[in-house]
Amino acid sequence: MADNYYDPKDLKNFPGIGDFQKELADKFFSWYTEVFKDSALTAKEKSLVALAVAHAVQCPYCIDAYSSDAFEKGWSEAQMMEAVHVAASIKGGAALVHGVQMMNKVREISM
Amino acid sequence: MKSLLAMQHTLASAPAQLAVLAGAAGERFPFFTEKLKEQAKFPLKPANLAVLQVNIGKMCNQVCKHCHVDAGPDRKEIMTRETMTACLDALRNNPGITTVDLTGGAPELNPDFRWFVAGIKQLDRHVIVRCNLTIILSNKRFYDLPKFYKSYNIEVVSSLPSFTADRTDRQRGDGVFKDSIAALQMLNEEGYGMPGTGLILNLVYNPAGAFLPPNQQSLEKEYKVELKRLYDISFNQLYAITNMPISRYLDYLLASGNYEKYMEKLVDAFNPAAVDSVMCRNTISVGWDGHLYDCDFNQMLDLKVSCGNSAHISRLDVRELEKRDIMLNQHCYGCTAGAGSSCGGAVT
Repeated sequence: MADNYYDPKDLKNFPGIGDFQKELADKFFSWYTEVFKDSALTAKEKSLVALAVAHAVQCPYCIDAYSSDAFEKGWSEAQMMEAVHVAASIKGGAALVHGVQMMNKVREISM
Repeated sequence: MKSLLAMQHTLASAPAQLAVLAGAAGERFPFFTEKLKEQAKFPLKPANLAVLQVNIGKMCNQVCKHCHVDAGPDRKEIMTRETMTACLDALRNNPGITTVDLTGGAPELNPDFRWFVAGIKQLDRHVIVRCNLTIILSNKRFYDLPKFYKSYNIEVVSSLPSFTADRTDRQRGDGVFKDSIAALQMLNEEGYGMPGTGLILNLVYNPAGAFLPPNQQSLEKEYKVELKRLYDISFNQLYAITNMPISRYLDYLLASGNYEKYMEKLVDAFNPAAVDSVMCRNTISVGWDGHLYDCDFNQMLDLKVSCGNSAHISRLDVRELEKRDIMLNQHCYGCTAGAGSSCGGAVT
């Protein structure tokens, strides 16, 4: 066990999750590969979606992987940062919209 | 920006580059030859020789950051008419060589470029010119190049690493994108890349950074849509080419701290299926001074063909060359990574 929770080398060992449960890992990686292929959305578009989601879920492995992948697929620095802002806006908005719930509660109990 | 040679940079020398490549070989990164042995593909043998790729000089009007030739305005090495005549003799004596691929530097800067093209066409060979596009606008004397190419039905292959100015100029220099677009429009006006004309205009994508090319087919589709939409430009095919870890690109990798990670990417992406179609199997590369190499990359590393008797164009012996072992080194991982890479793009 490493001294830190996140190790960049672990990203490369991701397929190793099959060592403990092969059948489910195989299903996951097969599905994952299919998801990221050119289809109704291009692989390039999916990469930018993945980059935004990676920031929303704050996964360092995913940020590492999809920062490279999105840039390699041709997205510019500005486009990638705008995608991160979209993720941040949704996360910020998700917190803030609960302010309505807070207001409703306060109005319910206040004189 | 100057060439590595003009800056007297260590990496201007081939032995220094080979020493870097040898640094982690066999330890961190397996020997390329060992990888081929695992696949029972060592020694790597040629197929029939069909292409003569001729580097007619290292002089170029551009100084691209990734250039494996270390070309630039300060490079003076140029092929003489005498060596070109030896190339024409070799073609005359070897009808199996059907294609001549002219490269540089900017091949058009050789004063005998047009004379050489006319001589090759007289021998009824297909000619490819690796045109950097900006040469067409660099001087009035080159404005007629699209017409010249057309008059000989030359296939034009040109680098454009992105359909955006930012990424193109970062790799190829300020203002290169704008001039490249104008040159492509001139080529389109002559019929190049246009349906039904038979005039072939292919583009080349090289990654502008320390990474491998994305899927060639998807990229070509996107280039076609965007270049048409933004600039009304048409072309035939897009070749996605991997950058080799040599010369100026090697310098960039080392200076940016990306060398080991890049080599790891190349090694991890080794694709045995790409080995059979690497370009050194059907191509011989001719240096500006007439020496022969397995490919343009080996030429820059001064790794001459292994059969000494046929090591110069004036002594080209196809039968002997077709029996040789191809010279391999760690940079060869660049041609076998992912979908593979050649001067004609992906190979699988």
